[in-house]
Amino acid sequence: MAYSDKVRNTYEGTLQGIKDKGVFKQERYIHSSQAADIEVEYPTGAPIQKVINICANNYLGLSSHPDVVQAAHEGLDARGYGMSSVRFICGTQDIHRELENRVTEFLGTEDTILFPSCMDANAGVFEAILTDEDVMISDRLVHASIIDGMRLCAAMHDTFKHSNMKHLEKKLQLHADKRLKVVITDGVFSMDGDTAKLDEMVALCDKYDAMLFVDESHSSGFIGKTGRGTHEKCGVFGKIDIITTTFGKALGGASGGCVSGRKELVEMCRQKARPYLFSNTIAPVVVAGVNKVLDILTKSTERRDKLEKNTEFWRKGLLELGFVLQPGDTPIVPVMLFNAKLSQDFSKDLYDEGIYAIGFFFPVVPNGAARIRTQISAGHDIHHLEKALAAFKKVGDKYGILGLTKQEIIEKYGL
Amino acid sequence: MEMKDVILEYVIEEYLEDEDEVLTFDSPLISGGIVDSFSMVSLKRFLENKYKISIPDDKATPEAFDTVDKIVTLVNEYIK
Ligand SMILES: Cc1ncc(COP(=O)(O)O)c(C=O)c1O
Repeated sequence: MAYSDKVRNTYEGTLQGIKDKGVFKQERYIHSSQAADIEVEYPTGAPIQKVINICANNYLGLSSHPDVVQAAHEGLDARGYGMSSVRFICGTQDIHRELENRVTEFLGTEDTILFPSCMDANAGVFEAILTDEDVMISDRLVHASIIDGMRLCAAMHDTFKHSNMKHLEKKLQLHADKRLKVVITDGVFSMDGDTAKLDEMVALCDKYDAMLFVDESHSSGFIGKTGRGTHEKCGVFGKIDIITTTFGKALGGASGGCVSGRKELVEMCRQKARPYLFSNTIAPVVVAGVNKVLDILTKSTERRDKLEKNTEFWRKGLLELGFVLQPGDTPIVPVMLFNAKLSQDFSKDLYDEGIYAIGFFFPVVPNGAARIRTQISAGHDIHHLEKALAAFKKVGDKYGILGLTKQEIIEKYGL
Repeated sequence: MEMKDVILEYVIEEYLEDEDEVLTFDSPLISGGIVDSFSMVSLKRFLENKYKISIPDDKATPEAFDTVDKIVTLVNEYIK
């Protein structure tokens, strides 16, 4: 047996170190389906509590929508449970290709390829399309899955300061001699809820002959007038060379992701992307569900419109109460507390008031930038948000931070 | 401007988010967490372009790049 005491002690020590730092993650068990109202067991073994969920990526409230559930049932009956194969052997059904075509149309691209997740799409895409003669220039705050994907790719990697277009331009000049250049960004940044300046980025990419890559995981389905994404909002629909996105958030929330973009790039992924070649196809039941989601979203903008109204109501309500928010207009609304312990205590007190929201702190966000990240959904009704605002007021009063500026909160609680 | 001033200015502009932070010729850049190993790439490219040199990858180690002083020493080895 090779799992000796020494080995066990090594891991126990490491895990204890994580606990000592106060960053040990624990799951909370939910005894209901995903929705605005959920039933949670927390801490483990405690009685189940009914709470309002304001930290899901269920932006459009489609995760448990009856029409989506119904379509998934029908898909299960018509195409079975699993495929037991990767795509290119015997794992592609008509509905997989149908979904790819629909996503292409929805996102305004040339072609699309499905991946088991967007994490896999980001992990596979760069290696499939770039070589060591090329360069990737990424925003410094892109998602972890993109960083992993860039690590797996032989191309040179450089970064630019978050959303800093002057800095990006300098980098494009610095790397002018490279064979191919790709500029890489998130459309909406998941921790801050701010939006990439895609219009300026498209112009810079045109000027310096670079491709533009955008991860639309926190945008697809609801950002822009018809919910197509950040490129629609920024007036550059049809001009993005590579989009990756997930079906695991607004678009039904089950699982799966894709690379969508120029047809040669998508074809390169079909030939070379390792998570596509070596991991199982998306289950038919999920594909049927996402097809339904796209149906719903192309017929009507009702859900994204409701989300927009909810988001305005929520931001305005929090500002009136005197919280410090991260500026923006997306449904990701970070309530800034700065101090890590305060963010944990605040989250716990909210839970006692029936509101489920999580505190984020270093290393998920920069040191001294701890926060409660709230995420609004079209599944929320005004009464949910009113109840949540009342809870934020009560807890905010308890800690005496309402009406305080960033500097004053930091003086009171430290960083 | 002297080489070490040029390099210090570049590092400040490239890596510091906050204008108030102070950086000197012997501040630890990589071991001090100011420059991550990813971002070292642009520093290397900047030096190569600016001084018309080529630094072999196996010489561009985190140790050799750890302070502005050390970078100056490294660059001088390759200037003809
Ligand atoms: C920006 C971004 N990209 C990619 C992903 C990964 O998506 P998936 O859950 O489909 O792997 C996430 C989800 O956490 C994300 O926030």
